[in-house]
Amino acid sequence: MADEPLILGIETSCDETGVGIVRGHTLLADALASSVEEHARFGGVVPEVASRAHLEAIVPTMQRALTEAGVTLADIDAIAVTSGPGLAGALLVGVAAAKGYALAAEKPVYGVNHLAAHVAVDTLEHGPLPEPAIALLVSGGHSSLLLVDDLARGVTPLGATIDDAAGEAFDKVARLLGLPFPGGPPIDREARAGDAASIAFPRGLTAAKDLAAHRYDFSFSGLKTAVARWVEARQRAGEPVPVADVAASFQEAVCDVLTSKALAACRAQGIETLVIGGGVAANSRLRALAEQRAEKYGIRVRVPRPKLCTDNGAMVAALGSHLVAAGVAPSRLDLPADSALPLTTVSV
Amino acid sequence: MAVAGPLGWLTVLVLVVDSSTPAVTAALVEISADGVTSRAHRCTVDARAHGELLAPQVDAVLADAGARPRDLGAIVAGLGPGPFTGLRVGLVTAATMGQVLGVPTYGVCSLDGIGYPAAAGEPVLAASDARRKELYWAVYDGAGQRIVGPEVSTPAVAAARARELGATIAVGDGAHRYAEALDLPVRVEPRYPEATVLAQLAAERVRAGAPSERLTPLYLRRPDAVAATARKPVLP
Ligand SMILES: [Zn+2]
Repeated sequence: MADEPLILGIETSCDETGVGIVRGHTLLADALASSVEEHARFGGVVPEVASRAHLEAIVPTMQRALTEAGVTLADIDAIAVTSGPGLAGALLVGVAAAKGYALAAEKPVYGVNHLAAHVAVDTLEHGPLPEPAIALLVSGGHSSLLLVDDLARGVTPLGATIDDAAGEAFDKVARLLGLPFPGGPPIDREARAGDAASIAFPRGLTAAKDLAAHRYDFSFSGLKTAVARWVEARQRAGEPVPVADVAASFQEAVCDVLTSKALAACRAQGIETLVIGGGVAANSRLRALAEQRAEKYGIRVRVPRPKLCTDNGAMVAALGSHLVAAGVAPSRLDLPADSALPLTTVSV
Repeated sequence: MAVAGPLGWLTVLVLVVDSSTPAVTAALVEISADGVTSRAHRCTVDARAHGELLAPQVDAVLADAGARPRDLGAIVAGLGPGPFTGLRVGLVTAATMGQVLGVPTYGVCSLDGIGYPAAAGEPVLAASDARRKELYWAVYDGAGQRIVGPEVSTPAVAAARARELGATIAVGDGAHRYAEALDLPVRVEPRYPEATVLAQLAAERVRAGAPSERLTPLYLRRPDAVAATARKPVLP
């Protein structure tokens, strides 16, 4: 509908410079520039490299988004930007850019929470989100389980990783197996040819004693170490490492824990919708296992297409659109970038 | 927007931003054939809040001058050198506003905003704080032209180079901070880049309607990053 607000979203919390444009729940443009290749030789994202890349990419990425959507900044009703959590210097480029656009075009600006945006992006694919819902957000930077009772005003954290993020575990295991960075896609690919039941890797925080204190929390550090031990033992014995089997068994351990805890949260709260987002949501096994297990309990799993799961500007625009529709007030021009923005703060 | 001044010359309203030092600066100036006139100026010294301070200050100078963003005819930004995170705030603000308004953006070395106005016949060392016990610096001749720099180094290296070039005085926040190590008399003002001076140094380009410039920071240092090394084994 042409009278729905036209919202622009800017994302720079990690290594992707994203500009997205939506009208209501309709995605009009999703332009992305990535510095991932510049980080590959460092085996992880280098904050200063990412910040420099954002500064170079923001103007051309904005231009591509506007061209793709066939609109100008004068047509935009509001600008949303990730103000946290994320890398401080990287966030600041996006926040300052959003303010520059907002100032010059005389539009309101909304500083929004990156994690809430990962939930909101699903509305572009599957329409309005039934509330309450449970959201599982898994990427290289975060692993959280949330209760989404009001996406416009606040979400409730149920649990999070107590050590490594799920995506980080994929990166580290990939490196161990000689696979490229980022590790998610190559492990997913290798795992297809492997036997997921061949090696029994540990499932962190699933033992009865751990569940008492960490019912919805995750731990991937022990799993990562267990994979390293297993691989090294093989190497020392002079035996070949069955890469596909290791990848499949590791991936199964991660997906097993993520889906079982997410579905346990749905069942405990009597919630029928599970949204999965973040870069790890692009993992084919996570999607399949979640759907297979959810079906038994009559729970609907919503996962946006892979391009919307990884960091992008469309997710920020989607959340901005939701906030505007809910009548939430915009942010002030002194809006800070907050690398540790709490989950309970959807917009600043 | 360019409007005819009283003598028929064109006057251009220009936004100037600099975030290369703890002094977060936004100013509006009018550039005419005769010179550069300040219309509004805001400056707050706070090394930790560039992102929070700059946009409200841009908004404030526009309000102070009774102008709207669309009245701007050009944007001038200090390119640094300066601590990266804060420096980028000024440059991204200038670049994004220029994109929306369709006006040209011009960059000026921020140290010129200190060294040019400080020159008085003798060479001068202009310096700002580069953290990690180093300075961003440049040397200016007696007429205020930059002859060496910008560079980043320890105060001792900067002082030695400045003396070789005949500098008899130092200026800028970095000179105040490292006065002892530099062992040169320190001129009190300007301590931070002056917005009107940055505008003056871009005035020819503004008047000529020169092509817009890409605002690339004068980083002078590579990012801190170490290539991934061999993984440590977990087995003893
Ligand atoms: Zn993310």
